[in-house]
Amino acid sequence: MAIVDKVKLPSPVGESKPRLDVQEKVTGAAIYTDDIQFGPGLLHARIKRSPHPHARIKSIDISKAQELPGVKVVVTGDDFPNRIGLYLVDRHIFARDRVRFVGEPVAGVAAATEEIAEKALDLIEVEYEMLDPVFDPEFGATPEAPLIHPDMAEYARPNFIFPQEGTNISNHFKVRRGDVEGAWEQCAAIVEEKFYIPHVQHVPIEPHVAVAKFDVDGRVTLWAASQSPFAQRNLIAKTLGISESDMRVIAPYVGGGFGCKAGVTMEALPVAIASKVPGRPVKLLLTREEEFYTNFVRQALVIKLKIGCDTNGKVLAMQNTMYWDGGASTEYGVNITRAGGYNSTGPYFIPNVHTDSMCIYTNHPVGGAYRGFGMSELHTGIEQTMDILAEKIGMDKVEFRLKNCVKGGDIILTGMTMHPTGLSECIEKAAKAINWGKKEESSSPTKARGKGIALMWKAPSMPPNAGSSAEVKFNEDGTVTLSVGGQEIGQGTFTVMAQMVAGTLGIPYESVRVRGPLDTQYSPYEWQTVASRLTWSMGNAVVEAAKDAREQLLENVADHWDEDPEDLDIIDGKVISYKSENEMSVKNIGIYGLPNENDEGWKGGPIVGRGNFMPTYVTNLDAETGQGDRAVVHYTTGAQAFDIEVDLETGKIDILKAVSAFDVGRAINPELVKAQIEGGLMQGLSSAIFEQIMLEKGVMQNPSFVDYRIATTTDMPFEHEEIIVEEPQDDGPWGARGIGEHPMVPTIAALANAIYDAVGVRLEGPPLSAEKVYLAMLDAGVVD
Amino acid sequence: MAMHKITLTINGEHEVVDVPSQWTLLQMLREKLALTGTKNGCTTGECGACTVMLNGAPVNSCMVLAVECDGAEIVTVEGLAHDGQLDPVQDALIEAGGVQCGFCTPGVLISARALLDRNPDPSEKEIQDALVGNLCRCTGYVRIIEGVKQAAKL
Repeated sequence: MAIVDKVKLPSPVGESKPRLDVQEKVTGAAIYTDDIQFGPGLLHARIKRSPHPHARIKSIDISKAQELPGVKVVVTGDDFPNRIGLYLVDRHIFARDRVRFVGEPVAGVAAATEEIAEKALDLIEVEYEMLDPVFDPEFGATPEAPLIHPDMAEYARPNFIFPQEGTNISNHFKVRRGDVEGAWEQCAAIVEEKFYIPHVQHVPIEPHVAVAKFDVDGRVTLWAASQSPFAQRNLIAKTLGISESDMRVIAPYVGGGFGCKAGVTMEALPVAIASKVPGRPVKLLLTREEEFYTNFVRQALVIKLKIGCDTNGKVLAMQNTMYWDGGASTEYGVNITRAGGYNSTGPYFIPNVHTDSMCIYTNHPVGGAYRGFGMSELHTGIEQTMDILAEKIGMDKVEFRLKNCVKGGDIILTGMTMHPTGLSECIEKAAKAINWGKKEESSSPTKARGKGIALMWKAPSMPPNAGSSAEVKFNEDGTVTLSVGGQEIGQGTFTVMAQMVAGTLGIPYESVRVRGPLDTQYSPYEWQTVASRLTWSMGNAVVEAAKDAREQLLENVADHWDEDPEDLDIIDGKVISYKSENEMSVKNIGIYGLPNENDEGWKGGPIVGRGNFMPTYVTNLDAETGQGDRAVVHYTTGAQAFDIEVDLETGKIDILKAVSAFDVGRAINPELVKAQIEGGLMQGLSSAIFEQIMLEKGVMQNPSFVDYRIATTTDMPFEHEEIIVEEPQDDGPWGARGIGEHPMVPTIAALANAIYDAVGVRLEGPPLSAEKVYLAMLDAGVVD
Repeated sequence: MAMHKITLTINGEHEVVDVPSQWTLLQMLREKLALTGTKNGCTTGECGACTVMLNGAPVNSCMVLAVECDGAEIVTVEGLAHDGQLDPVQDALIEAGGVQCGFCTPGVLISARALLDRNPDPSEKEIQDALVGNLCRCTGYVRIIEGVKQAAKL
């Protein structure tokens, strides 16, 4: 740390520097995967998909498709026997024997044009025998439910995922803390609630696209819109029996991720097809309709909560039962279930906890990572129930939360000691900014005004040893080039990393280049761009790499000047000596070294600084109790509050003001932090008011932008305030921790609490559409 | 596949292009002319990522057949900057922080430029209405609208 500590101002860390990638992005020069030109040799892939939610494949006849002129290859599950999966290895690239959701790939075609490939799909004949489907996760967890994965016990899995043999439960995470049964007796108020949070889709504006090409010697290159080039290399290579180093993943800018381009979603499909046509690049670009109904979804959740407190409003016990509708297979679902379990109290200290978080196989779309990784769904239940409990015990809802919220030093539900957190400060500031406690007049007699607040916490949900690495190289002109394996998906990570390099090295921010596209052949390893982990984890690796480069440079200059490196510093791109007041530009030194005196040779050489970071302290949790020393690396916490009006004639919600306060440890780039908060708030509101995948017997009814409405410009004009709280993270660069996902976590609950405050109704779950709010008001007799 | 020879102006350059009759303007721009700044987000006219100016009006280029553009004047995101100078909407969007993943950005910029060409001093409501067809999932639109407001002042 000594070197970072010595860095003198001006440091770009903490300043809102302009984004590194923005010039390219406003001129149309930024390259995304679909922009790469592959020439006339390119083949176009289309996928034959299951029209049934659950069926046995009796036969597949591809002969007619193969004969269609222009078709180069047709593949089916018979060609690829191995399973693939990030945690529980439970699915095939193309279905074998049975299909488990509508949209599951059954066969793939590569042809000279998309039109020919599409035509070939119609010529593939698949005979199915229907199987009983499961659409309700609660039913799916019962012994009566038909088994969707009869072979589940055979699936490979890491040691922290607990499938229940002979059931549809692909993971069952438990917390058993204290004596819940005994605690109920001491409670002065107990509430029991059940909520349903439906499936939603990520909806990046860039659809999934991947291009794969095999060389004749068996090596493969994949170009993909990807948050996870290294994870994709690892998983796809393993499944196809290729060595990781013989697979190269090139990942240009990503046009929106939100979790849907993490892990392996559709990328294995073109790789598998391309393996049968060596030498030819094969592209699969999903249609918007496929984007909606075949991709990983934010899985639905049924959550049942029982929470009790004493007469002083002190929460004593919680029982939390979660049924996650994991869908047909569980790329991320099992780990979302785990995260839901170890975070199941929300950001509260509760001495007695009984949690069952279960991932259930259903014949619905596959549950994937979605900005927040289960936390929006979980908090939608917890934060409404806490509101109800506060009211029941007769306490102000902010006071109730301040009393019970988690504080530094608390032993949280898993047995881990909570680190210092600015949550209380977030609550106080959010409450103040929304004028909490002040009942305000509505703008019209036909509108009811209300305020609501909700808290959140979220830890990066990842394997205990998810690693980062970085490389810093000097250039002749005094700039440095940073290589990382974390992806720029819009959040601004390249900019933040460049600020960290500049701040560590002592060169101007403008002198840092970040190399793209990511390329597993050249880029340093990064686990995945997920979990809001880059600023912290990759940031630590970047700081190490910059320190290493700095030390090499200073040692060389010190030797040249015959001084002690400890007396030297780099300020604004110049090496200076505090002792001799010598001064020298960093230009050229990092490439050519420095000449010895009297022209007697040279010293130094091209400088490559390297750094890595991996948390080493995360422990596994006991399978029966969920207890362990340290479940996670850290928590980002925060609060969100709304001041709204509900139109009594239509049920429409007008937001008057939204306040968000989050503890980011340290804002490396405050404007980028605020941009994340604004974007997350709006995505949260869109999911709160508009969005739901309408499933009818496993078939998505609304797979288009017309029928699956997301927020537009006209939905978002209201006052908003973003508050940054900075309680430093002990092992974060300059104290920073992540903020990418968190801003949308409390949104649904905060809005639902505001609606209740305004009109006294609660819905079972989002979307809190005008129609549903109006009908609930009718039911409750609020309007007639 | 019947081919058609069409003549048009793209970003001020005279172009003669052979295109199949069923190709869209978007396909022609991206696949024939490698003008990949214009993005393909849905091919059904719903997301606005492929917005270009056709004779001064913003259109979803995925909804226009290339052959319809014979004799037309097209401006794409690549044509907004002139002589190394960014268009004011580009500068303002950067300044306001209205770019994140950047995939909707080309369409947003074209819609904004078209708005300011016909209405140099739009109200906030007019900006929202002009951009309602440009979906963005990253920014929450806050800084995009701010950027267009700023651009109107430049």
